[in-house]
Amino acid sequence: MGASSVPVVPGGLERARRGAPKRERPPAGTSRIAGYFFVALYVGLLLLLGIAPVVYAIYLALTSGYGTSGGFGSNFVAAFTDYRFAPAIEHIAEFIGLWMVGQTILVVALTLILHNLAVRVGSLFRFLFYIPGALAGAASVVVWLFMLDPTASPFAFILHWLGYAQFDNTIAPANLPVIFAIMAFWTGAGGWIVVMYGALNNIPHELTESAQIDGVSTFKTALWIKLPLIRKWVVYMLILSFAGGTQLFVEPTVLASASLGVGVSSYWSPNQLAWFLASQYDKFNEAAAISVALLVIGLVVAAILVWRGRLFEVD
Amino acid sequence: MKLSRRFATRVVLLVILLVFTAFFFLPVIWLLLAPTKTDGQLVTQAPFAFGSLRTLAHTFHRIISYDNYSLLVWLKNSAIYSFGGTALAILAAIPAGYGLALTHFIGRRTLLVITLIVMIMPATALVLPLFLEMDKIGLYGTIWSLILPFGFFPFGVYLAYIYFSSTIPSDLLAAARIDGAGEWRVFRYIALPLARPIVALVGFFALVASWNNFFLPFVMTYDSSQYPVQIGLNELIGSTASFNPANFSAGSGVTVLHRPDLAMAVILAIAPVLIVFLFAQRALVAGMLAGATKE
Repeated sequence: MGASSVPVVPGGLERARRGAPKRERPPAGTSRIAGYFFVALYVGLLLLLGIAPVVYAIYLALTSGYGTSGGFGSNFVAAFTDYRFAPAIEHIAEFIGLWMVGQTILVVALTLILHNLAVRVGSLFRFLFYIPGALAGAASVVVWLFMLDPTASPFAFILHWLGYAQFDNTIAPANLPVIFAIMAFWTGAGGWIVVMYGALNNIPHELTESAQIDGVSTFKTALWIKLPLIRKWVVYMLILSFAGGTQLFVEPTVLASASLGVGVSSYWSPNQLAWFLASQYDKFNEAAAISVALLVIGLVVAAILVWRGRLFEVD
Repeated sequence: MKLSRRFATRVVLLVILLVFTAFFFLPVIWLLLAPTKTDGQLVTQAPFAFGSLRTLAHTFHRIISYDNYSLLVWLKNSAIYSFGGTALAILAAIPAGYGLALTHFIGRRTLLVITLIVMIMPATALVLPLFLEMDKIGLYGTIWSLILPFGFFPFGVYLAYIYFSSTIPSDLLAAARIDGAGEWRVFRYIALPLARPIVALVGFFALVASWNNFFLPFVMTYDSSQYPVQIGLNELIGSTASFNPANFSAGSGVTVLHRPDLAMAVILAIAPVLIVFLFAQRALVAGMLAGATKE
């Protein structure tokens, strides 16, 4: 998965909180053993594939192994001072910035526009926007290789207008953050539009209707009534995009296959660099240090959403 | 005056919508049409012109038979990994969701919170740690290095948890228990018959997530015979002349692929997911919202 996996949306919990009364505890007679039995397989998988790899990565990051000098934190120092690390951070910072700003503006704008259309027309557009979500992974990157190839792309007129005549003009290093942002937006935006649209449907009709009767313009209704009601989802999207964006891997990796390393290095993003260090130099400890750092970002973000976001219900 | 301004706004909004429809949808149309043309026609003909069925058949045959039918091997591998992972995900998630929703045990809330955190965390954050672990315990390079992680699907557990909390009244379970039904019988005869929609939903999400996964198989497989189709696509790019001209300088002996072949491969790679997508759109949207809309 790249930065552009389909968003997983927590809205339902909202309903659970508002609608259903708090679930009563199961009666006292219920045996506790049964509960353990039902969750056993899942807990086994969680320990083996969720907890253990994290613990092991932390262990590797903090100890010395292949070719590292050892000492607490030395792997982190070695990884973070690697000459490839700072550029990798710059790359994804630029990518995340472009992607988050672009996605936020466009997803919100498109959702608000769609919400003004007749329901049936709106759902057709939502479906069309959503289709690229099926092409996540390498497939979507290949599609964009074609779209960025000035000799074959249906968008060739735009590429020519920008002065790109050949494929390697388009994928010049300076363009890569924009290109990856476009790819991520293409596969992910439709899902978010569906989500935001769903949230907008929670607005009581009377509210928008009375606004209309009072002569508030459609534009102002969107801005002052609808936008505040989906703000929570916008924040959620921003936070998840940030966490996902730091993980960027698929897009630069596949693009690198198309340029024989001319345009894209195989350590363009931090995740790529971690894999590069592990696979090319057996620097497992340094690789672990980088992935622990990325993991911490993901964990912090998830924890913030669970404890502060109040989007999820844990009864 | 007011009317014409309103009209102008409508036109502007419509243009914006059409531009974005083109952005989202034309690449898909282009992709579907590309294999009907030769590489030359791809350049000379209009982007959305239809080539011919004969060319399509040629393209299909060339990409299927390429490198001793590699593409079929990759598709088969993808099916094994993702169906294996999905089966495991369902087996683990449905009872776990039920247990979390309707039974009581110490650590239940903690488990729920951990599940949420792992679910929200980008799945890619676990890939390199998983690689290091699999390498350590000797599963690296086996199908289990993919099936097991695909089967660990906290989102499915969470969906099942929500489903069981909101569809099965605990009074019903209490009544069954008072009548002397054991926990297993309650699950088997009350919860499971009601669980069909959630099995489908969890199965769908797990399947799509594992079929489309790139990063995990990228690090876990090292030989073409093990690749799932996503990694295979990456491999095919290297054999495609217009993306890698240097590979084919002077009679290197490698079979040259062209852009229509690569497009055909992409179509075959995404076909299973796309078909499920089209048929399950309603269920899918419902799952993504997980009830965010009012009923």
